[in-house]
Amino acid sequence: MNRRLQEAALIWLMRALTYTVVFAVGFIILDIVWKGSPALNWEFLSQFPRRSGAEGGILPAIFGTLSLLLGSSLIALPLGMASAIYLNEYARHGRFTSIIRMAIVTLAGVPSIVFGLFGLGLFVIFFKFGASILAGSLTLACMMLPTVIVSSEEALKTIPMSLREGSFALGASKWQTIRTNVLPYAIPGMLTGAILGVGRVAGETAPILLTVAAFYLPRLPKSVFDQVMALPYHLYVLATQHPDATKVRPMQYGTALVLLLIVLSVNLGAILLRGKIRKRYAKLES
Amino acid sequence: MQFFGAYQLSNWKDKVIKLIFLSAASTSVLVVALIFLFLGNEAIPFARDPGIGELWQSRWSPVSFVKESFGIIPLITGSLLVTLIAIVLAVPFGVGGAVYLSEIASKGEKEFLKPFIELLAGIPSVVIGFFGLIVLSPLIKQVFHLSSGLNAITGGILLALMAVPTIVSVSEDAIRAVPGYLTEASLALGATRLQTIWKVTVPAAISGISAAILLGIGRVIGETMTVMMVTGNAARITLSPFQSVRTMTATIAAEMGEVPFGSDHYRALFWVGIILLLFTFALVLLSHRIMKKYKSLP
Repeated sequence: MNRRLQEAALIWLMRALTYTVVFAVGFIILDIVWKGSPALNWEFLSQFPRRSGAEGGILPAIFGTLSLLLGSSLIALPLGMASAIYLNEYARHGRFTSIIRMAIVTLAGVPSIVFGLFGLGLFVIFFKFGASILAGSLTLACMMLPTVIVSSEEALKTIPMSLREGSFALGASKWQTIRTNVLPYAIPGMLTGAILGVGRVAGETAPILLTVAAFYLPRLPKSVFDQVMALPYHLYVLATQHPDATKVRPMQYGTALVLLLIVLSVNLGAILLRGKIRKRYAKLES
Repeated sequence: MQFFGAYQLSNWKDKVIKLIFLSAASTSVLVVALIFLFLGNEAIPFARDPGIGELWQSRWSPVSFVKESFGIIPLITGSLLVTLIAIVLAVPFGVGGAVYLSEIASKGEKEFLKPFIELLAGIPSVVIGFFGLIVLSPLIKQVFHLSSGLNAITGGILLALMAVPTIVSVSEDAIRAVPGYLTEASLALGATRLQTIWKVTVPAAISGISAAILLGIGRVIGETMTVMMVTGNAARITLSPFQSVRTMTATIAAEMGEVPFGSDHYRALFWVGIILLLFTFALVLLSHRIMKKYKSLP
């Protein structure tokens, strides 16, 4: 009896630990949604900030974040997907392949602020891009690369070997096989990985702090060599640098909510896409 | 003959295409090399003048009218203190959560719980920091009767929350990789479900779980925005969780924007970056080693 009680108590303990985390997540999200939604209106989304962010909107920050996401995806997605194709379709087990894999693992562990320093040293200073959309996008692209590669490779691994063998048996070359018998089936899965990568960098502040983000800009950028405002940095500035912090509280919560919505909808998109693909493959295999 | 020509062509084309993919795959190696190179490039001049010994001091006051001091020891201890608090808190929740999700929860319950953990991984660190600043730190201040809620424990709690998804998902993979015959044998011998979990499943997955914890530490020690917003940023050597501390990451983020390019202060910040990079690099290598070991088990 005593032992059974002990057993039940431990199971309840683990349940409590798990639900505490779930509760904390729910609490944070509800807090942001609850206090942020009153601030959301057309003016907030379509206007420039006034009186250092205490009034007006966050249009330039939204624009900046979206342009950084677009820029970094344009760089990292082709590179990451091509890397995954190499690793899964061409690479043999060898020294060079394991160096590449080790580099990817290392890259995934590099702290975001170190990416910022790197971007500052290489793109901003050495290549003389200055603090710009280009420098920021390149930095974020480096950061998203490992996620894109690893999950694209997962997608390629799910394609059955028989599809490739059939193509080879008909005399197709390696590239013809990949193009006609692997990629058409793997692309949706690879895109999921790509979106997860975008989700990883969408809310990042530290790397863009040193490479692109502007405190305040009165206009939208004209080229990729211009600075932009960005939602995460704008939130940071409003939360910590504003002289009258309590007065801008609704603006802070509104910015946090918009940022959260962008990041979560990117991630949600990936999760929905993944579910859809899994169902399709379940059909394909049966 | 024509066939031969076409074959040759496709062979040649194939080689070029392979080369394109190979060079794409090499970018990661290039980026890692460039990270080390460019951090080093900006940091090295400091080692010649004023010398690397300048870093090994107990006072970080890079802007001073009398004499600047670039001692990074308080920054390292600050990072370690916050990381320690975070990991002590995150391990029970992370490992307990992983065990609960993979061994105890029903399928429906798991499907309900899992998205929350994934959601947590997706919340931007600046939003967590903002929440900490507005909601958690006043609470900590009140509960512990402190003069300020911006201290190591507030940072530690928030970072623990951010480490949990990493620990849960990697540990869960490790637990799932435990061969079924081990648990079945244990149950067949009359062990209860919980005895099986604690005495068979968790020990069998322990290397994967420790790799998960190491990865969690790596995530926490490199976290920037959250700690910058809630730890108070006073560079001092302390062991008290109720003191304000300044981490390595926050120092770089807060000071890099205002330092004159090429100054000693600028170069010292790159040194902080290098030390941070070496810390996380060592953690990644170690966890990779451990993971490899457990993957080679049958």
